[in-house]
Amino acid sequence: MSYRGRFRVWRGDADGGALADFQVEVNEGEVVLDVLHRLQATQTPDLAVRWNCKAGKCGSCSAEINGRPRLLCMTRMSVFERDEVVTVTPMRSFPVIRDLVTDVSFNYSKAREIPSFTPPPGLAPGEYRMGQVDVERSQEFRKCIECFLCQDTCHVVRDHEENKRSFAGPRFLMRIAELEMHPLDVADRVQAAQDEHGLGLCNITKCCTDVCPEGIHITDNALIPMKERVADRRYDPLVWLGRTISRRRS
Amino acid sequence: MTETEQHDYDVLVIGAGGAGLRAAIEARERGLRTAIVCKSLFGKAHTVMAEGGCAAAMGNVNENDSWQVHFRDTMRGGKFLNSWRMAELHAKEAPDRVWELETYGALFDRTKDGRISQRHFGGHTYPRLAHVGDRTGLELLRTMQQRIVSLQQDDYAETGDYEARLRVFAECTVTELLTDPSTGSGQAGAIAGAFGYWRESGRHVVFSAPAVVLATGGIGKSFQVTSNSWEYTGDGHALALRAGANLIDMEFVQFHPTGMVWPPSVKGILVTEGVRGDGGVLKNSDGKRFMFDYIPDVFKGQYAQTEDEADRWYEDQENNRRTPDLLPRDEVARAINTEVKEGRGSPHGGVYLDIASRMPAEEIRRRLPSMYHQFKELADVDITAEPMEVGPTCHYVMGGIEVDPDTGQSRVPGLFAAGECAGGMHGSNRLGGNSLSDLLVFGRRAGLGAADYVVGLERRPAVREADVEVAAAMTLAPFDAHPAAAGGENPYTLHAELQRVMNDLVGIIRTESEMISALDRLGELRARLHDVVVEGHRQYNPGWHLALDLRNMLMVSEAVASSALLRTESRGGHTREDHPGLDPRWRHRVLVTHCVRAGADGGVVVPRIAVEPAERAPMRADLLALFDLTELEKYYTAPELAGHLDRVEAQHTEGGTA
Repeated sequence: MSYRGRFRVWRGDADGGALADFQVEVNEGEVVLDVLHRLQATQTPDLAVRWNCKAGKCGSCSAEINGRPRLLCMTRMSVFERDEVVTVTPMRSFPVIRDLVTDVSFNYSKAREIPSFTPPPGLAPGEYRMGQVDVERSQEFRKCIECFLCQDTCHVVRDHEENKRSFAGPRFLMRIAELEMHPLDVADRVQAAQDEHGLGLCNITKCCTDVCPEGIHITDNALIPMKERVADRRYDPLVWLGRTISRRRS
Repeated sequence: MTETEQHDYDVLVIGAGGAGLRAAIEARERGLRTAIVCKSLFGKAHTVMAEGGCAAAMGNVNENDSWQVHFRDTMRGGKFLNSWRMAELHAKEAPDRVWELETYGALFDRTKDGRISQRHFGGHTYPRLAHVGDRTGLELLRTMQQRIVSLQQDDYAETGDYEARLRVFAECTVTELLTDPSTGSGQAGAIAGAFGYWRESGRHVVFSAPAVVLATGGIGKSFQVTSNSWEYTGDGHALALRAGANLIDMEFVQFHPTGMVWPPSVKGILVTEGVRGDGGVLKNSDGKRFMFDYIPDVFKGQYAQTEDEADRWYEDQENNRRTPDLLPRDEVARAINTEVKEGRGSPHGGVYLDIASRMPAEEIRRRLPSMYHQFKELADVDITAEPMEVGPTCHYVMGGIEVDPDTGQSRVPGLFAAGECAGGMHGSNRLGGNSLSDLLVFGRRAGLGAADYVVGLERRPAVREADVEVAAAMTLAPFDAHPAAAGGENPYTLHAELQRVMNDLVGIIRTESEMISALDRLGELRARLHDVVVEGHRQYNPGWHLALDLRNMLMVSEAVASSALLRTESRGGHTREDHPGLDPRWRHRVLVTHCVRAGADGGVVVPRIAVEPAERAPMRADLLALFDLTELEKYYTAPELAGHLDRVEAQHTEGGTA
């Protein structure tokens, strides 16, 4: 059942690199990460690749396979033809550290900029009451394994380094949506989503949703509802009036 | 030589899984400058793999639940070997730790009245596991990760620096603990810090810290078929040994009964016990629900004898007994092993786990979304239409660093441990769901213990430059060409051989001759590790990282095999074919592993270990009184039960009538 698969793997570091060709054994039922591990064990012991759980649960092994952002551990070899060359490259939106490993610190900085969960004052631990139907909206977003493939594919930052400063990316705009839809959260991040985290830069092309290995409806369930909330605030005359008055008072 | 990067902290937490993060949160909240060092990126730790839930006797679904019932279940699951004090603290504090997570923003599944829902699991009398579908571990880890971010935001607001009091050093591996022999009572002295390297650059880094909390998880990567990720190389176990701490109970390794068996590349990946908790049943190739044949004597009377009763139990737990599909994990794993061995297995060497015929497809997808996804994507199996094939997989090590139950401190002053790398809590076998609660309860306690220790210190121990040099040389040795061995040893080859030895000879069923042979083979590997050579340079070089991890894997594997050789009985996660029964004379004995040559020693890559028996502390009388005498008599020797209340009363009554 096994065959010699043809692979092109990007090798290099921050100073540059190139695709290298390999022929390597492929067995039934294997995923791309298995083949890269075989490369490490037999041909290239120092091939750098990030991975952990190998079960699609930790989101470490993100890369691009034939140009598409994917998890290496969840891409089965059976989706390719046997004579097809499988090209594996690092995520393009993040700086390369070495081979398939990129510097994803952008995401950790963005995570810090989103105001955290804020419970109502005076609610003691053990007293939280929420309906299943109400927690489900945020639970969908909390399925996120932080593989950052949505961040990688988003055209706002892909090849647009200059936008990174003002754009949190789909993952963290979704985090804002998650907190805004948390049944007990009392903070307000709606205006900040637009003004500080770049929600307006998203033009809902759904690329993030397409690459999400967890199948989260990022665009439909998080980004569009957030955009609607921003729009409601901005164009609702009552909200406008209320904001204007409170601004004058302060 | 360039100056080595140096950092100074009050508390250094090694490991960023649930226990490490909870310890760090506690230490930081107590006002101490805290660092977390982890081998992977922040938020990727193995805790995300925990699926089923977090056990806590909140009584939300069945109000009869209480800490006493949870305590009893835990002790029974561990076959009465557990540190009773840890089991007591765990059962009492778990509910508070779960509720606390809600204040950090966790969103558990809910009951109809809006409280945290709880599900059934093996060995738990009542539905007890707080859960989020089948991704509970991810919810716990992400929640604590976000809590840490929230604390960093507080520090930013106050000081303008997110990392003023709490910093995460990600993709950084600690290779040695540093001690100061001039302080502390032990031979090696008190903890002074830790030495490690950045995975990204390969550069060395030294942490000075009077308190270190080890939270490095387990040892599964020493076994071929395992549910554990590459990080699980027993680092904390080995670091602690080399620093002068003891390990206990290392013979007890849990093989989770249900891992995937097909295709080969995913062999070992976990199939949550939640499948059985929610109604899935085990069947052999004859279609028979075989678990009814495997109810051991100690659990007779607690489990259903017929399929009808077992099925009724899901709806009515008051009047029916639970299905034996939910016996503790060691029992189920052994049963599956026997079925396969006797020729009633599935085509790929497992048994069937059937939920498809037990509930509607929509319900399965809602309750077990990741399992549906995992089988669909990795095995082309639709679990709503056909049964899964499952078999045992190395999952968890009950053994670990010997700690004080209340503070998590080891015998080395300043060295604390929590979570899987700490020993005692689970006895000979851990119940499902008790791991997530363990890491919350004892993560917090270790963080607190470390904080109190640091506050009470009169003088901070100092890192010795000589120790740093020895540790640095040790990490760079694999780059040196060894003239004796032309070409040198390949770390990947050594690792594969180690995994085969442990899997084949120290696996789920053990014998004396296999254990002796395993120790011989481990001895050969120890010698060959001296000649390991890695290619390339220090920047993100996985071959080099593996070569260094192998030191720890070998030490821990020797501890497991040596302990398993000595314990001549079968109990929990230790099954001896040549000593098949439970032996009450072994119940009160604990096997303690220590390092023969403690401390860093440039001449020895893998220091020798020794295993010796010691006595366990007898259970406090009020806790012992929570059990019926008839149950205890299955585990205890008669003299040990002389003080049990029932027996004292019986003697009193006899004395009165005579």
